[in-house]
Amino acid sequence: MSPESLSLGKDLIGLESLSRDQIRGILDTAEPFKEISERAIKKVPVLRGKTIVNLFFEPSTRTRVSFEFAEKRLSADTVNISASGSSVVKGETLVDMARNLEAMRIDMVVMRHGASGAARFLAERIPSNVVNAGDGRHEHPTQGLLDMLTIRDHMGQIEGLKVGIVGDVLHSRVARSNIYGLLKLGAEVAVCGPRTLLPMGIEELGVEVFSRVEEAIEWADVLNVLRLQLERMEGGYVPSLREYNRIYGVSSARLERAPRDILILHPGPMNRGVEIDSDVADGPHSVILNQVTNGVAVRMAVLYLLAGGAPDTAEAAKKGGS
Amino acid sequence: MSPRPLLLRGGRVVDPAQGLDATRDVLIVDGTVAEIAPDVDVPEDARVMDCAGLVVTPGLIDPHVHLREPGQEHKETIATGARAALAGGFTSVVAMPNTDPVIDSPALVGFVAAAGRRAGAARVYPTGAISLGLAGKRLAPVGEMIEAGAVAITDDGHPIMDSGLMRLALEYARGFGVPVADHPEDLGLSAGGHMNEGLVSTRLGVRGKPNASEDAHIIRDILVAEFTGGHIHLQHVSTEFGVEMIRQAKARGVHVTAEASPHHLLLTDEAVEGYRTEAKMNPPLRSEADRAAVEAGMLDGTLGIIATDHAPHHYDEKERAFDDAPNGIVGLETSVGLILTHFVHEEKLSLGEMVDRMSVAPARAFDLPGGTLAPGSPGDITVLDLERRWSVDPSAFISMSRNTPFQGWELLGRAVAAIVGGEVLFEADPGD
Repeated sequence: MSPESLSLGKDLIGLESLSRDQIRGILDTAEPFKEISERAIKKVPVLRGKTIVNLFFEPSTRTRVSFEFAEKRLSADTVNISASGSSVVKGETLVDMARNLEAMRIDMVVMRHGASGAARFLAERIPSNVVNAGDGRHEHPTQGLLDMLTIRDHMGQIEGLKVGIVGDVLHSRVARSNIYGLLKLGAEVAVCGPRTLLPMGIEELGVEVFSRVEEAIEWADVLNVLRLQLERMEGGYVPSLREYNRIYGVSSARLERAPRDILILHPGPMNRGVEIDSDVADGPHSVILNQVTNGVAVRMAVLYLLAGGAPDTAEAAKKGGS
Repeated sequence: MSPRPLLLRGGRVVDPAQGLDATRDVLIVDGTVAEIAPDVDVPEDARVMDCAGLVVTPGLIDPHVHLREPGQEHKETIATGARAALAGGFTSVVAMPNTDPVIDSPALVGFVAAAGRRAGAARVYPTGAISLGLAGKRLAPVGEMIEAGAVAITDDGHPIMDSGLMRLALEYARGFGVPVADHPEDLGLSAGGHMNEGLVSTRLGVRGKPNASEDAHIIRDILVAEFTGGHIHLQHVSTEFGVEMIRQAKARGVHVTAEASPHHLLLTDEAVEGYRTEAKMNPPLRSEADRAAVEAGMLDGTLGIIATDHAPHHYDEKERAFDDAPNGIVGLETSVGLILTHFVHEEKLSLGEMVDRMSVAPARAFDLPGGTLAPGSPGDITVLDLERRWSVDPSAFISMSRNTPFQGWELLGRAVAAIVGGEVLFEADPGD
């Protein structure tokens, strides 16, 4: 495998355009970075002198903090901009804001935006590296990667596993990144949820579709349970949260009837008692907090690779900078 | 003051209304066609235009354009739009009323007509809104607007969701002999959508508008036209089922006319890949099956009128995330080249059929002068060079806007002159 074919290029916009080897390369690169967060002094000089802007047009705590830890532990200088405090509310366009940041000579932008395609839009217009931290309903590639790293940690490998994605697939960028990534690594993927929350043509992506959560549980080795946002009920996609929990909720009673133990993931933040019951979230097969831990390592790996690092030199880079 | 007589000499005259496709001279005197014959004597002081090797047709008519004036003159004005029309080979355009303010009164219809005359370019025919303020509630003063020069009524861009209002509009307009033009879209089914609903929208994570949103509205319009006897003109049809419903309605004798747009004839939702906002329009680009059905419908006359839906937007407005960008593309300066290249040269459509779809049929549907070069007709003429090679360069557009998905397309054939009322108002540079 030549280093060129593993290079991510300038940006990470989504997993749809990455090859199986590129995805594996990111997951393998994350392995040596995991250890940094376990040290007493959590800092290595890999990105020393790099300036990274975290540009969040939608509220986010988990993803923004995870990126920020990844950046700081790699010694980058970071600035956080959130929509409420930014010039966006004054009517400045996305492209003007990006060009102004660029004029201050930055190296990378990590962006969360409510419009699908926003990350690509930015990446095509500025020379800095762009990392998509979620664009509309399109992709959330680092979430997909950390989910896969967590599954690999616990199941040994991804190839041949059956992974069910349960819930609001229609509005979910997490679902799309999971589908693209898992299929490339050889998993079988199914989606399950109310038909109002499953997008048209989803079967053509190569996934199985279940209308009932019991069928998904019967089938799966791993379940990735998506957050049901409250506005979906207001939008009329589901009649009530109570009905959603009764019919689609992942509960221990349902899991007990499964033919095997099922690994449980959730991208957070959870609505306990809606899409997932507390005894499942806190139960022995839940790896939800492992996902959060892995998130920092995966994001370190992505930032390191985009800055020009190679998977096989990640270990050495931790000691001497890139 | 009348212009000098004009003699177009030796062109291939294609005038399907007269069943004519032969080398002829065409003489225009006092703004109207005076004589059309193999060898016309040159009158004294006439201007002679050598048309050997060129095609001479009745002036082309685009019955669906947005000229943005009044209110959005940073996108286009009536004057720039009328000049862009000429450069694209159109001698007449029909302007939609969704401006700011909305054209919903006789005074505003008069403003559009007067600004069109002042432009001294393509003829600009105004339309009036069906409903006051495009609000979809109460009829605008339809009769007064027609007296002021409106050639149709339409709430284009704002589908008439209230079937009762559509009934009133069709009945009322019938008494004046003008069509009711409707943008067929059930806004409940399409709510929140920004592109065609299908695999591409699912992959891109962009909310879609299903075919059913257009199909349901087309069926509703046909049913209401059928029982009222009114003339429904269905704009920019984009779905396979919609085409079939129109075909059946025409067979039953319903008074329905319908448009196909060059972009729906040539592109699918694949053109949106990469979140290309220049491929964002409403109705959206759809599947290959839909594109093929629109083509078949245009070829067999079900969608008997080619209309561009010329919709200029400033580049700042298209330079946005896909969901935030406005719908619409410019079309006046690419339509003829696209149709010649992809339909006439590919021998799917004869020149006579092209002239029918782009001049005869729109003139008939909107009761406009023109559509033929029979003596006594207006001296509105388009001259085509079928062999002129050119590539689409938006920076060279006369239109103020550049939003086209056809940038860089290599085309064969274009309009090289446009004549309105016997005056040569546009001539292409020889090497252009």
